Amino acid sequence: MDKVAIVGVAQTKYEAEKIDQTYMELVFEVVKKLHNDLGITNDDVGSVITSSNDFNDGRTIANMAIQDAVGTVGKSESRVSGDGAFAYVYAAMRILSGEYDTVMVVSHCKCSEVNQYLVNNTIFDPYYQRHLGLDQISSAGLMANMYMTKYGFTEEQAANVVVKNRKNALNNPYAHLRKEVTLDEVLNSPMMAYPLKELEFPPFSDGAVAMLLTNKELASKFTDNPVWLKGYANCTDAYYLGHRTMTDLIGLELAAKEAYKMAGINDPVKNLDVAEVYDAFSVHELMSYEALGFCNKGEGGKFLDSGETQMGGNIPVNPSGGVLSSNPTMANGLIRLAEVALQIMGKAGKRQIADSKLGLANGMNGICSQGNCVLIFGGE
Amino acid sequence: MPKNDVAVVGIGQTKFRSKRRDVNIPEMIYEAAKMALDDAKIEPKDIDAIIIGNMDHFEGINFSELWCGIDAAPGYLKPVVKVATGGTTGSSLAICGYYNVASGIYNKVLVIGWEKLNEGGATTGIITAFDPVWERPSLAGALGPLALMANTYAAKYGITPEQAAKVTVKNRSNAANNPFAHLQMPNITVDYVMSSQMISYPLRLHDCCPQSEGACAIIYANEEETKKVTDNPAWIQSVATAHYYTFGTDTIMFDLPSAAIASKEAYRKAGIKDPVKDLDVAEIYEPTSWSELSWTESLGFCKSGEGGKILDEGITQMGGELPVNPSGGVLSTNPIGATALVRVAEAAIQVMGRGGKRQVPDVEKALSMGFGGSLWTEILILGKEPKR
Repeated sequence: MDKVAIVGVAQTKYEAEKIDQTYMELVFEVVKKLHNDLGITNDDVGSVITSSNDFNDGRTIANMAIQDAVGTVGKSESRVSGDGAFAYVYAAMRILSGEYDTVMVVSHCKCSEVNQYLVNNTIFDPYYQRHLGLDQISSAGLMANMYMTKYGFTEEQAANVVVKNRKNALNNPYAHLRKEVTLDEVLNSPMMAYPLKELEFPPFSDGAVAMLLTNKELASKFTDNPVWLKGYANCTDAYYLGHRTMTDLIGLELAAKEAYKMAGINDPVKNLDVAEVYDAFSVHELMSYEALGFCNKGEGGKFLDSGETQMGGNIPVNPSGGVLSSNPTMANGLIRLAEVALQIMGKAGKRQIADSKLGLANGMNGICSQGNCVLIFGGE
Repeated sequence: MPKNDVAVVGIGQTKFRSKRRDVNIPEMIYEAAKMALDDAKIEPKDIDAIIIGNMDHFEGINFSELWCGIDAAPGYLKPVVKVATGGTTGSSLAICGYYNVASGIYNKVLVIGWEKLNEGGATTGIITAFDPVWERPSLAGALGPLALMANTYAAKYGITPEQAAKVTVKNRSNAANNPFAHLQMPNITVDYVMSSQMISYPLRLHDCCPQSEGACAIIYANEEETKKVTDNPAWIQSVATAHYYTFGTDTIMFDLPSAAIASKEAYRKAGIKDPVKDLDVAEIYEPTSWSELSWTESLGFCKSGEGGKILDEGITQMGGELPVNPSGGVLSTNPIGATALVRVAEAAIQVMGRGGKRQVPDVEKALSMGFGGSLWTEILILGKEPKR
C-alpha cells in the first residue's frame, strides 16, 4: 500500500516546563516550522488531524484552542482523543480515501500544567478500580513484577534499557533529558513501585510534533525522499488489569504480526533497520522486544544484553532516546513516527542509523499497552 | 470523491432520558451497540474496528474508549479509537468511521457516541473549553454564547421570541412521534414556551435543549459487505467539516459562517444545487430554538433573515417541502457525545424509510448536521444511491 507519504516533520525541543509558551503556542511553533521547512502555506494543507487529551490540557474540547494555530479557518480538522500515532492513522485514511491530497497531523502535550498521576488515575473506571489509587506507576510495578515472576530478568537488564536510551538522547537535540546515567545511578534511585525505580520511569515533558502527509502523485513536489506507509495494525487489549495477561503485551504482539504481514516482513530483526518503541518504563521496552518478535518470549533481557538494540546493533531501538528521555505523553506515538521518518529520510543527524530503509514505530493508549498501534515505514 | 462507497447498514439508539439510574455507563452503551449489530445482522466478531466517543470532562473518565469499546462493544483485540470534538463529537465519529471504510482499510466499522451526564456535569465541563485568561470570565459555558448569538441575530433581522418559540413547538411535537426522544410534548404551545423561565436573555427554558443520557450506534459497511447484509442501506454521499476562529470575539455572532462553508462543500460533493428542492429532510443540530431559525439560513434553506418566514410558511414543518428535525431534534434530545450521531442515524432512518410515525414520505436525500466547539459545523449527506 505505497500510497501515503510523510514528506516533512517538525518537533519542538522537549522540556520539563515551557513556562513561556501556552500549548497553542507550542502547536503554532511546530506548524510554522513545518510550513517553513516545506516552503508551504496554509493553502497547501487540505485538512488537519490533531491528537490531544482534555485531561492533560485541562480544557474540554482541547483542540478548540488550537484551531488558529493549525490554520483551519473554513477548513476541516478532527481530533483523535489519545496518542498521536492513532491521529496519524486517521490522517492516512483521509489520504487513502482520495478525498484529500494533503493532511497535516499535529500532537501536543504540556505535562507540566497537570498532575500526571491524577490524570492517569482517571483512566481507571470510577466504580471499582479508581479508588484503589492505581496510576501509571503502580500498574507498571504490577506488570513488571508479574513479568519477573514468570520469565525472570535481572535488575541490571532493566536498568540498562535506561542507560541505553539516555545515552542515545545525547545525540538528539530535541530530547528532554540529555544527561547520561550510569547503571549504578539507575539501580540506586529510589524505589517507586517494586521492582521499578525512579529512573526507570520517563520524565514529564512539554512539547509538540507535526508532520505533513500526502499521496503518491504529490509526494515528489514536497521532498526527494518521502517516507511511505508499508504496514499498519491496531489492537486493543482488555480493560481491567485483572482481565489481562500482564506478563505479555498481547495487543502489541497481535498488532505487530498483522503489520509485518502487510509489510511483507518475515524476520523483523533482519528486515527492519531501526525501531522507535514506546518505552513507557524500562521493563516495558524489554517486553516490547518480545511482543514485536525481536526475540523469544521471556528473552527480552537477554536480547538487550546481546547488544542488538544498541546503536550499531542489528536493530537499534530508540536512537532518539525514547519515551524514557522525552515524555510529552499524548505526542509520544507521533514522535516515534517522526523519528523513524527522519531516519528513513536520512535527516536524523548524530542519531542517524546508516542506510535506514525500513523502520517500525508504535503508539500506545492507556495503561500497560492496552491500546496498540504498530506502523512500518519504508523509503521506497 | 471517495475510492470506496460507504453505507449505513445498522442503527441502534437507547431511549433517551434525563437519568438512566438503572444502568451504568457500559451497560447503557451496550444497549445501542447490540441494537445496531442486531439491526445489521452482523456478528460482533465480524466488526473490524470501533470508533467511539464522548467528552472526557463530562463524566470525568480519561480514555473512556478503552473501557467502553471493550466492555460495551466488541472491541477486544480490535482497533478502538476515540474521537471527541465537543458538540460535534457524534458527527466527528461518523466522519471518522466513514474514512475508516472509504480508505479501504476496514470493511465493517461500528461507530458509537454516548453521554451519561448525571455522572458528571456538562456545564462544568463546557466552561473549561474557553480560554482561562481571555474568555472564561465573560463568555463561557454553552448558553452564554448561544444567547449572545440569538440576541445579535434577533437585533439584525428583527426576529421575535414568538418565531423562536414556534421552533420548540414544532420540534417537541415532532418528538412525540419518535419513541427514542427524551422530551415528547405533543400539546406544547407557543405561550407555554414564552412563559417559561428566562435563562439568559433572550433564551427561556424551553428555548434550550435538555440534558439527556443515552447512546447511539451506527454500523458502516463498504459496497461489497453492504450487499451481503441489506437491500435497504443509506449511502454516505458526502461529508464536510468547517472550523472558524478560536475566539468567539473574532467571529460573527449573528449567524454560523462554518455552516455556510461546510454545507456548500457537502452540497457540491453530493451534487446538490438547491438544498430545499434536492434534499427531502434535514436533521440539524439546534441547541436553541433561535439557532434553528438562524442556521436554516446558514445552510442555504432560505435567505438571511428568513428563517422565521420558512417556518411560518410551513416549509420546515412535517408535510412541508423540507421538514427539519422530524425526530424532535436537539431541543428534544441532547446526549452530547451522541447528539450529532443521532442526527446521522435519524437521517439514515429517513433514507431507509424506517421512521414510523416520524417518517417523511419518499426520502431520497437527507442532510445531517453537527455543531460544536468554537462555532464549527459538520455535515453528512445521506442518500438512497451510492455517490460513485
